[in-house]
Amino acid sequence: MPKRQDLKSILVIGSGPIVIGQACEFDYSGTQACRVLRAEGYRVILANSNPATIMTDPDFADRTYIEPLTPEILELIIAREKPDAVLPTLGGQTGLNLAMALFERGVVGVPGTPELIGANAEAIATAEDRDRFKKAMIEIGLNVPDSGVAHNMDESMVVVRQIGLPVIIRPAYILGGKGTGIASTMEEFVHIARNGLDASPISEILIERSIAGWKEYELEVMRDRADNCVVICSIENFDPMGVHTGDSITVAPAQTLSDLEYQLMRDAAFACIRRVGVETGGSNVQFAVNPANGDQVVIEMNPRVSRSSALASKATGFPIAKIAAKLAVGYTLDEIPNDITRMTPASFEPSIDYVVTKIPRWAFEKFPGTSGILGTQMQSVGEVMSIGRTFPESLQKGLRSLEQGRFGLNCDPAEKQYDSLSDTELLKKCGIATPERIFYVGEALQRGFGVEVVHGATQIDPWFLDEMQMIIDERASLLGLSLADIEPTHWRRLKRLGFSDAQIGFAVGAIEHEVRIAREAAGIKPTYKTVDTCAAEFDATTPYHYSTYEDETEVRHSSKQRVIILGSGPNRIGQGIEFDYCCVHASFALRDAGFETVMINCNPETVSTDYDTSDRLYFEPLTQEDVLNVIAAETAAAGGSAPKVIVSLGGQTPLKLSGLIPSELVAGTSPRSIDLAEDREKWNLLCNSLQIPQPPGGTAATFEHAQKITHEIGYPVLVRPSYVLGGRGMQIVHDDGHLQRAMQELAGFGTLGKEGGLSVERPVLIDRFLEEATEVDVDAIRDSAGEVLIGGVMEHVEEAGVHSGDSACTIPPQTLPSWVIEVIEAYTKSIADALEVIGLVNVQYAVAGHTVYVIEANPRASRTVPFVAKATGVPLAKVASRVMLGATLQELRVEGLLTLPVTGGHVSVKEAVLPFNRFPDVDTALGPEMRSTGEVMGIDRTFGRAFIKAETAAGTLLPTSGTVFLSLADADKPAGLVVAKRLRDLGLGIAATTGTASYLERFGQRVDRVIGKLSESHLALENAIDLIAQGEISFVVNTPQGRGSRSDGEAIRKAANAHRVSSVTTVKAALAAMNGLAEQRDHDVEVRSLQEYHGR
Amino acid sequence: MTQVPKKPVAAALVLEDGSVFEGELLGHQPENGIASGEVVFNTAMTGYQEVITDPSYAGQIITFTTAHVGNYGVNGFDNESSRPHARGVIMRDMARRRSNWRSENDLDAMLRMHKLPAIGGIDTRRLTRLLRDRGSLQGAFGTASESELLTAASIEKGTSGTDLVSSVTTKKPYEYGSGKLRVVAFDFGIKTTILRCLAEFATVTVVPASTTATQIQAMSVDGVFLSNGPGDPKMVLGAPDNIRQIVESGIATFGICLGHQLLSLAYGGGTFKLPFGHHGGNHPVRRIASGTVEITSQNHNYCVDPDSLSGVADITHINLNDNTNEGMRIRNARAFSVQYHPEAGPGPHDSRYLFAEFIALMMEGK
Repeated sequence: MPKRQDLKSILVIGSGPIVIGQACEFDYSGTQACRVLRAEGYRVILANSNPATIMTDPDFADRTYIEPLTPEILELIIAREKPDAVLPTLGGQTGLNLAMALFERGVVGVPGTPELIGANAEAIATAEDRDRFKKAMIEIGLNVPDSGVAHNMDESMVVVRQIGLPVIIRPAYILGGKGTGIASTMEEFVHIARNGLDASPISEILIERSIAGWKEYELEVMRDRADNCVVICSIENFDPMGVHTGDSITVAPAQTLSDLEYQLMRDAAFACIRRVGVETGGSNVQFAVNPANGDQVVIEMNPRVSRSSALASKATGFPIAKIAAKLAVGYTLDEIPNDITRMTPASFEPSIDYVVTKIPRWAFEKFPGTSGILGTQMQSVGEVMSIGRTFPESLQKGLRSLEQGRFGLNCDPAEKQYDSLSDTELLKKCGIATPERIFYVGEALQRGFGVEVVHGATQIDPWFLDEMQMIIDERASLLGLSLADIEPTHWRRLKRLGFSDAQIGFAVGAIEHEVRIAREAAGIKPTYKTVDTCAAEFDATTPYHYSTYEDETEVRHSSKQRVIILGSGPNRIGQGIEFDYCCVHASFALRDAGFETVMINCNPETVSTDYDTSDRLYFEPLTQEDVLNVIAAETAAAGGSAPKVIVSLGGQTPLKLSGLIPSELVAGTSPRSIDLAEDREKWNLLCNSLQIPQPPGGTAATFEHAQKITHEIGYPVLVRPSYVLGGRGMQIVHDDGHLQRAMQELAGFGTLGKEGGLSVERPVLIDRFLEEATEVDVDAIRDSAGEVLIGGVMEHVEEAGVHSGDSACTIPPQTLPSWVIEVIEAYTKSIADALEVIGLVNVQYAVAGHTVYVIEANPRASRTVPFVAKATGVPLAKVASRVMLGATLQELRVEGLLTLPVTGGHVSVKEAVLPFNRFPDVDTALGPEMRSTGEVMGIDRTFGRAFIKAETAAGTLLPTSGTVFLSLADADKPAGLVVAKRLRDLGLGIAATTGTASYLERFGQRVDRVIGKLSESHLALENAIDLIAQGEISFVVNTPQGRGSRSDGEAIRKAANAHRVSSVTTVKAALAAMNGLAEQRDHDVEVRSLQEYHGR
Repeated sequence: MTQVPKKPVAAALVLEDGSVFEGELLGHQPENGIASGEVVFNTAMTGYQEVITDPSYAGQIITFTTAHVGNYGVNGFDNESSRPHARGVIMRDMARRRSNWRSENDLDAMLRMHKLPAIGGIDTRRLTRLLRDRGSLQGAFGTASESELLTAASIEKGTSGTDLVSSVTTKKPYEYGSGKLRVVAFDFGIKTTILRCLAEFATVTVVPASTTATQIQAMSVDGVFLSNGPGDPKMVLGAPDNIRQIVESGIATFGICLGHQLLSLAYGGGTFKLPFGHHGGNHPVRRIASGTVEITSQNHNYCVDPDSLSGVADITHINLNDNTNEGMRIRNARAFSVQYHPEAGPGPHDSRYLFAEFIALMMEGK
């Protein structure tokens, strides 16, 4: 069936900000969809609130709406653009939920409105409504675990009595397993069921017999209009049932199913997709298998492209989202050629001749108070994928891809931490699913517990454990050897089991560099194989490679000039999709300019690891060994001419490697300049020589020294380790006691070591903290001729002290006098010159009174580059990549790549999105340590309206009625007075704590309810927490006191978080919100596309 | 206990073109350190036990492209015949430990029990690319010297022009199942899964390949089944004439794989050898009647030339990868056949409807 001619324009719904459970995999799928649909000649309208995405680049759609993803806003977009169809299945759970909301409003999917393509409302409801899904599965003869549905606690109790404990509780219409949990006692049950009912947008939970410990599988299925069905990939979870699949280590293809069992599962998956009624596109179906007797049950299915389908696409080379988009407009699988073989159709099932392992990455260290135990609710913030010819090789490559200071499955310095554990403690740790469990399992096998015992403790399949045991056994073969003793066949065996040079060095007492030399002398070098969907049965044209130790390498020769772009590795807090955006843009720009681009990355969610983003893709860990190997392979393939390497676009990951690769290969700013900006002493000298003020400060390695500094500069001070990302470990310290604690924390080998920079070896930076200063961020580009382009000046909404990644910011600045902006621009130019930057530089400033202080400069792409590009229309990352390879800004102007920024007429606000709803026991107050997972952008004619859009997009529920609760630090009370006035103007009630209330009343602001502090409960006043719990508060403004006990405020913020009452924790944000609300009252909300803002 | 792994026995694979692959010996230690045959590759990711025991691999050395083999062990149920008929097995990695609730033994133990040599640690991807580009090659592996292995590979005759069916067919007729219909199944190397599929509706009499049409006609049957089997269809002497007589006598006839090729030969069709054959579980086949695509299990080196059947048969199925013939129905007769394996074992179940079509064809005559 050819493509549909009755459709002309299609609205694609994106997935919004990066949150836990929904990350850049939907940028990958959405970008593919937009490209495909445009190539097919459709007019594409895109709605997504996330400015960091590649899909919201104005080149990818005819109309790009960076607007809040709410039904109201989408309705406005639909009314304005009148699309023929809406494609919701590539925008994650957000896309599906919006589609359902629009359907219920009668705006789509009913006659006279845009058609829902991909999945219709009926199919979405069948898959997403737990009870309907279960009934549908029973109807077609598939097994499901015993279960019942409940809508309130009374129903829940009835169901649990019928099924019996333990049970698993799953809320309906949620993503990433939010609100899900396993209960073994009634107490746990009541707690989890209540949370689950809260988490479900329709207050519905499924209570189901727990099958924790069973084996878990997933099949990625596609179906077309002609009812052709194929399985793209089978995935087996390393972690048994009980851990959310997003938090599980997973392996493709499935390893321990015989053909008979696999085919029954395949039949069941097809029956499932047919019954649910997904007419076209991709779905994933999850199964659990009882290891004792092979009983198979269906767990769930997603009627859409998912995180797993991104993984499956990267694991097989079959582009699920791209094909799904084509199927949605009417093609059938056999009409679409397989991209990789080109000669065969897409109506087939990929066969793979390697093993893929996915390992999640968590950020528990950022959320003190969380247990760090994995369960049925997803908590990871990113993941890596690795490809090896065997599972052991793939596993070890994956573990070193995580960038957490590990070189593989133990056999590295970090394993020392297990020495102190007794055997009993160790086995106990193996039995609890945590991020560290895999290493504990390795240690248990190393100690000789054996596969059976470890299986008994973990329920991990014995096949996986024995493959790990093979790694451990091979390590033993190195006992007592030196490098010179290792025979070539022994080297090959070690490398084939995935041992890194660093691990081998650790085992034989040599440094990594010596290992490399010895290994290469023995003739052992990696070969690069190709991911080709067909296990080499057909010739592949797509150069998508992975390393392994075999006979033959498949990298093709070519003499074009090559540029290697180092990607940003797994998503983590502080380093995510923004950097992927920069890498991808660099690849696009350099390909256009005639370079051959080579991407190295290990993150399966990204656009950068799409095999057609660059001329060649190496799916490899971003470690020194693996990167040097690719450089060597590329050099060999080019007949000895070495490639250039871009290290400054992928965040901290490639930057850390910049000193480890030959400096003459680094494109753009030299590694020496990078070090100049990072090294505190050198940086201070540079600022002094430029006469640019810095906050007073110093560096210290001991508490005594730190104390000496603070006595000179005075409290409060900002304390932070050097060479870290996302403000990891950063604190604002107010007194000696706090300073002592902070220094102790930083000195210890704690979680900081995981970021790779050992803080013990690097001094702690101590700076005077500028209270009430305004923070400003600048992104600029300097070229080899010395011209500096100011990309954007961003004023932060929150005051200094809140990490820039967690703060809202605005372009253009709203409160800075023009002379301040001029000073900032001048400083930026002179810093860029002094650092001899060639490419991007980000400089942070704090403006206090009449002084502009420079805080730090980073000669690399910053998190804000995509936001600036979308706010101004200037493709900063593309320009920077060309500049790094020698072009001047003037040349790029002539070429037309560099255009003038679009100014005037609109204001752009970036707001951070924080994951506190996943971590209910965490204080939500913002601080110098970054904790946001993603960001959104609001764009409108005025700051107030743009700010409201940004808040709405971020999920903040702004008050339109009811009572707002104010609890302010002393310093914030004057501004709080203005907030209170605005609240009154908006007709909202005011509740305040005694201190805040008496201040407000002194200046004539009436307070409706005076609320006692928790410690004042004896005064018989109303308690803030009770009021929040009773739903009497519609919004909370709670600013933390600078010093002293934070417990009161913390309890209030937690209560607000737990009851889903939005709160702001800075008075500036409260002011901005109230001003925006006041403005909005007088205007209807309007939507406009980026193309219109950019005048295109 | 951690232990230093026992030192593997080094072995090599040498192809007739002189290519050498280093690996380690697995399974049975071959006579004189040499196992030889025609090297083919199979891209299925599950079902190694079924593949190894499939009689159609007689005379061949099977290369598994999938990385790990042996993970879920072996069991009594998954055998496609009583013993392997292949000459050897090549793989990248043999599991040291099996894990599956149905598993009864290790794959390696099964290979040794049936005296089937194997070689592991091979860069099977390099081998597959070579076979893909050069076509099937003869090869030899084992612990013998490279020159001895090269000699062994060079003198291998290959499957062309060799009668392999007589070595795998049953010596005596036997019955299988107790269904209502009566089916006679020619055993050219029949797979157990086919028998299971037939037995769902028929009492099957499995007969030697040499059984004559006259003998069949004497048996009062509802249908005749022509099985899969190894090698060159032109070497199954007598079968085409025999089959033509059976079909012309009006008996409903269904053929799979070699059975499909023999039915074609019976009606004057031609067959030819594919460069490296189809061996795997992911080939897309179009069912022309509905236009739909089924994912199929495939295992054949020879192929029917559809042009040679024009006017005699209608093409019912084609392979979407290379447009080769995958099925036909003889005009004005009650006979149809497919090149691929609707019974699966191993492979997808998308084409099991063909057995229902066989039932329908037999019922027409009732």
